[in-house]
Amino acid sequence: MSELEFRAAIRDALAEELERDDSVLFFGEDVAAEQGGVFAVTPGLQERFGTDRVFDTPISELALAGAAFGAATTGMRPVIEIMFGDFMGLTMDSLVNQAAKLWYVSNEQGSVPLVVRSAVGAGGRFGAMHSQTHGTWFQGIPGIKVAAPSSPADAKGLLKAAIRDDNPVIFLEHKRLYSVKGPEPESETVPLGQAAVVREGGDLTIVSISKGVRDALQAADTLAGDGLDVEVVDLRTLRPLDLGTVLGSVGKTNRVLAVEEGPRIGGWATGLLGLLAEAGLHDLDDAWIVATEETPIPYSPSLEDEFLPSAETIVESVRARLGTGVETSA
Amino acid sequence: MSARETREAERGVEPRTTATRDGDPRAYLDAYARMVLIREFEQAIHRLFLKGEVHGTTHLSAGQEAVPVGVCMALEPEDYASGTYRGHGHALAKGTAPEALAAEMLGRATGVCGGRAGSMNVVDLEHGLVGCFGIVGGSIAAATGAGMSAQRQERVSVAFFGDGATNQAYFHECLNFAQVLELPVVYVCENNLYGEFTPMHAVTAGGEIAARAGAYGMPFAVVDGNDLWAVHEAAAEAVDRARSNGGPTLLECRTYRHFGHSKSDPARYRPDGELDQWLARDPLTIARERLLADGLAEDEVSAAEGGARQAIERACEAALAAPYPDPRERPGAEFAP
Repeated sequence: MSELEFRAAIRDALAEELERDDSVLFFGEDVAAEQGGVFAVTPGLQERFGTDRVFDTPISELALAGAAFGAATTGMRPVIEIMFGDFMGLTMDSLVNQAAKLWYVSNEQGSVPLVVRSAVGAGGRFGAMHSQTHGTWFQGIPGIKVAAPSSPADAKGLLKAAIRDDNPVIFLEHKRLYSVKGPEPESETVPLGQAAVVREGGDLTIVSISKGVRDALQAADTLAGDGLDVEVVDLRTLRPLDLGTVLGSVGKTNRVLAVEEGPRIGGWATGLLGLLAEAGLHDLDDAWIVATEETPIPYSPSLEDEFLPSAETIVESVRARLGTGVETSA
Repeated sequence: MSARETREAERGVEPRTTATRDGDPRAYLDAYARMVLIREFEQAIHRLFLKGEVHGTTHLSAGQEAVPVGVCMALEPEDYASGTYRGHGHALAKGTAPEALAAEMLGRATGVCGGRAGSMNVVDLEHGLVGCFGIVGGSIAAATGAGMSAQRQERVSVAFFGDGATNQAYFHECLNFAQVLELPVVYVCENNLYGEFTPMHAVTAGGEIAARAGAYGMPFAVVDGNDLWAVHEAAAEAVDRARSNGGPTLLECRTYRHFGHSKSDPARYRPDGELDQWLARDPLTIARERLLADGLAEDEVSAAEGGARQAIERACEAALAAPYPDPRERPGAEFAP
């Protein structure tokens, strides 16, 4: 079976949608340059689709987001790249006050079909301003979707769905996933707002997104050796949030661990546990979070490795929390 | 004949702006009637606000009518525009129906946005108004992006914004962006001398807003924003340039708002006599005198004024009689399907 690399999945999704729909445009900083961006995700697209549809822009994140908003409101389907998620702060007014609100405030006269792709996440020794994950910055904004794939197949299917979606979609690509390989997708698109149970189990539900799902799967393998049968849920999107799938899983396992690469206070994991408590308290025997310290992301390898959640920290946390005497279904 | 004119001739489209360019006073009479419509609208909204029918806050554009009307005279109906939170004039000049706009101000179900937008955030896509924005400078980006579509659709895009917006990142990033991409955008700065309560000159380095475009290699002009003819002439030139792939233009239209910044502002910061000086240069008075001087009869001008007044009276009556939106009847949907 042929294997798909995560960065190729992104490029293929873009190419297929550019091919499929003339109104799709792709622009950003260095995206059309020969290398295809700093993470070499998009080489060859300008040669194939021309300078009118794939082009480089000034380093002006606010103008990029604003231009995408205006173009999306008037018939185009722009995909923009904001190189690092950390730069999303510069786009906030246009995305939060313009793109997210047009559909509702205009009384549904029109919508804003745009996608904002960014490289996110720590572990690459990029320091405090090139390592953040901005999913939670946008999760609380009605009118905007937030997707963060964990596999090459989902990267392709979710990006294609995002480009076809009539709403603004923030699309997070974890830097540590770009070189990951995996199976080709089984379907043309993956719907936004539908979580996936990526491993079935009866003792504990681990919920995560993006790279955290890979860490959780790896941890589940280790914990299986302890006799613990772990179910892993990949949220795929933080907004819309598929609470139903998580509730269904927790109804079975009665224990939930949410793993987030980001601070606990104000994080999506904290919000998720709140929603679970509100809707499914009767099903919960335990609920906790593995997240980062409440500090900026450090640079030094020794500091950054300690800071980040990983398969090892998930295993340690589960063992510490549930102890050795956990009653399992096995 | 330009490529566009050839296409239009083939489609049998009347070149709408030709009569105006030749100075047909009747085209300006229509424009004057629209200016009166805006003035009457703003005064009616002021009265309705004092009666508690308009909620929150509102920003009136009385005194600035010649700018949006003169610019929109140079546009085709399918062209795009974006406006500001002082945007009632932008919407009315672009073609929004007074009934729908008045009902929106009153938060009624018949409003152009069903009462969801209010005074500051009006959207009217049917008339090419991609939005009015409550954040200073937001309109600049919206029109820049619409310019990307316009470039592919053989249209033009116009951004209306105030002098305050020229100190925002939006202004500098988007002017550079549009110039680099040669977008068909006309940037129309309504310089009314005050950013909220603060005089423009106290917070704007370099003295002249228009000249900032020069730094980006963009054509620019300073325009008497109270003179409908001057605004239209400058806009027509900029729109022509945009349509013929000549890229963007910045117009600095110097004008004045008769009211304060918003409903909470009595405008005590204005020097004595300043308002009177500008009232003496009221854009409506200037236009009326010019129309009469150009040979239109007093009755024709009065009839146009009366028509505008009645239109606003009817619009307000209809708005006051309209129902409020019922949240149970039509709950909001977060996303487009």
